[in-house]
Amino acid sequence: MVMSDMESAPAAPARIAGVDEKILAERAREAASTRRDVLFDVSRLTVSYADVPALKGVSLEIYKNFVTAFIGPSGCGKSTFIRCFNRMNDLIPSANVDGTILYHGIDLYGPEVDSVEVRKRIGMVFQKPNPFPKSIYDNVAFGPRVLGWKKDLDARVERALRHAALWDEVKNRLKASAYSLSGGQQQRLCIARCLAVEPDVLLMDEPASALDPISTTAIEDLMHELKREYTIVIVTHNMQQAARVADMTAFFSVEVDEEQDRRTGVLVEYDATPTIFTNPGDKRTEDYVTGRFG
Amino acid sequence: MTAQDATAAAQPEPIRLRGERRRWGEDVVKGILALCALVSVATTIGIIIALVEPSIEFFREVSIVDFFSGDRWAPLFTPASFGIQPLLVGTLVVTFWACVVCLPCGLGAAIYMSEYARPRVRNVLKPALETLAGIPTVVFGFFALTFFTPLLQDLGLGVNVFNVLAAGLVVGVMLIPVVASVSEDAMSAVPQELRDGAYALGSTRLQVSTRIVVPAAISGIIASYMLAISRAIGETMIVLIAAGGIAKITFDPREQSQTMTAFIGATGIGDIPTGSIEYKTIFAVGLTLFVITFAMNMLSIRLVRKFREIYE
Ligand SMILES: Nc1ncnc2c1ncn2[C@@H]1O[C@H](COP(=O)(O)OP(=O)(O)OP(=O)(O)O)[C@@H](O)[C@H]1O
Ligand SMILES: [Mg+2]
Repeated sequence: MVMSDMESAPAAPARIAGVDEKILAERAREAASTRRDVLFDVSRLTVSYADVPALKGVSLEIYKNFVTAFIGPSGCGKSTFIRCFNRMNDLIPSANVDGTILYHGIDLYGPEVDSVEVRKRIGMVFQKPNPFPKSIYDNVAFGPRVLGWKKDLDARVERALRHAALWDEVKNRLKASAYSLSGGQQQRLCIARCLAVEPDVLLMDEPASALDPISTTAIEDLMHELKREYTIVIVTHNMQQAARVADMTAFFSVEVDEEQDRRTGVLVEYDATPTIFTNPGDKRTEDYVTGRFG
Repeated sequence: MTAQDATAAAQPEPIRLRGERRRWGEDVVKGILALCALVSVATTIGIIIALVEPSIEFFREVSIVDFFSGDRWAPLFTPASFGIQPLLVGTLVVTFWACVVCLPCGLGAAIYMSEYARPRVRNVLKPALETLAGIPTVVFGFFALTFFTPLLQDLGLGVNVFNVLAAGLVVGVMLIPVVASVSEDAMSAVPQELRDGAYALGSTRLQVSTRIVVPAAISGIIASYMLAISRAIGETMIVLIAAGGIAKITFDPREQSQTMTAFIGATGIGDIPTGSIEYKTIFAVGLTLFVITFAMNMLSIRLVRKFREIYE
C-alpha cells in the first residue's frame, strides 16, 4: 500500500479517476515535513449577490507556503470564495461579504483596511489570460509603476519574467504586444505581472483551464517552484491537477433549497490532499473525486 | 442493407438549391434601405455643388490670394475688403475656448460615469447629460449673453457685452455631453477583465481609469474629441448671439469677434441681392468652412485607425 505511511490510511482507499498514487504519496510526505503556519483564518464566511447567498458559512485555515486547492462542481462558489481573499468582490456592486477573513491576524474586511493595500500583497491570476493591450515589458512593469517603484525597473521585469519561466521566450521581443504571445505564454505573463509586485500570496482561479497540456504542465511546475516563496491558492476543475500541485484541498458543493429554489455553495470537506483523494470523510467528496458526480 | 435502401441509394432524388421564386419583398426592402443611405450622400454632393458654383464666381472677382492673406474682412462696406483671416481667427478662438471646457470636462464625466458611478447613478446621469445635448443652441446663445457674460463681468474680467470668451465657454458646455457620451461608450466597451487585472495588482481606481481604461478606449475618445471640435467650428447660433458681429483679428477673448459661421448666419438673414458679390461671399466662406471640417474628419478617421492598430 503506497499510502501506508499515512496515519489514517484506509483499508481500501477509494480509487480516484486517473490520479497517480505515487504523486499523492509524495504530497503526503511533503505535508508531513512542513510546518503549518496559519496565514488566512476564514470563519463563517457568507457571500451574497443581491442578498441571495452564493456561498454560506465557510470556515477554514490557509497555511503559509502551502498550495491550497479549491475543487467542486460548477457554480458552487469557488470563484466567489477566492475573490474574497483580495477583496475583488468589492468591485461587484451587488456582492456582499459577511464573516471574517483574518490575514496575519488582521481582519481583511475590517473598517480601517484599504482594499488597494490588500491587493498589493495578495495578487491574483484569472481564468482567462488578461494581458493589458500594451507591450510585454509594460505589462510586467505596470504593477511596479503603479506602486511608484521606478528604480531598477528593467531588472525587476527580468526577474519576474524569469520567475514565471517566460524570460527565454520573450527576452528578444519585450517591446512586442502582449497579444502576440500564445495563450499559455500570456497566462505566464499574467503570473509574471503578479510576481513583479512581490506579493505574499498568489490567488489563481483556474489558471490553466484555457491552456493546452504543455502550457498546463509549465504552470504546474511553476507552482512547485513558487510555493517556496509564496502562498498559493488555486481553483481547479481538474482533479489530477489538484492532486499534483496542492498540499491541502477544499471540496465545495452545492446545497439545493427546493422550496426557495436557491442553490448555495458550502464547504464540504477540507483536508490534506491525499486524504481528500483517498480517504474522504464525506460521501459527497468521495462521489465527486471518484467521478460519480459532476 | 435492405432492397429498398439499395434502390434509394441508386437513384438519389436530385437536390434543388435554386430558389422557388424570386423574393420580391427582399428586393424592395433593399431598395428602400439603399435610398435612405443615398439621401445623405446625395445631400452632401448637392451641398458641394451648391457651394462650389457661386464660390468659383466669387473667386473670379476676388483673388484667392487676397482672400486668404487679407487681414481685413469688410465685404459689406465700401471699399469692400475680403481677407478671411479675421473670421478664421474668430473661429479658432471660439473653438479653443470651447475645447478648454468640453475636452477635459467631457472626458472627466465619461470617466466618472464609466468607472466611478454606481450603476443606479449612471442610469440617471447618462440620460440627463444627453438631454443637455438636446437643448436648442439658441437657448445656449441667450444663456451665454444674459447669464454668462454678466457673470464674467461680475468676476471683474472686464469683458465686452459681446465677447468670445462667454460664447466659446458656452459652446464648450454644450459639447460636454457629446464628448462624454461617445467616450463613455468607448470606455464601457473595455473588457472588465482588464480592469480586474489592474485592480489585482493594487491599482487605485484613478490608476485603473487613466492607465488602463483611457488608453484602451483611446480611439473612441479621439473620435469624440474630433466630433466635438468639428461641432465647435460649425456652431453658429451661440456665437451669433453672444460673440458680437465685428470681424477683427484679436486673440483677446474679452473682446467681440466674428466667426465664419456667425458671418454666414448674420449675412444670410440680411437682405442682400442674390448674385451680388456679398451674396457670393457667403458661399466662399461656406466652402472654406466645409473644407476645414472635411479635413478634420479625415484626420479623425486616420487617428482612430492608427490607435486602433496599437490597442487591438
Ligand atoms: N457577479 C455576480 N452576480 C451575481 N451572481 C453571481 C456573480 N458571480 C457569481 N454569481 C453566482 O454565484 C454562484 C457561484 O458562482 P461562482 O462563479 O463563484 O462559481 P464557481 O464555483 O467558480 O463556478 P465555475 O466552476 O463554473 O467557475 C453562481 O450561482 C453564480 O450564478
Ligand atoms: Mg469560477
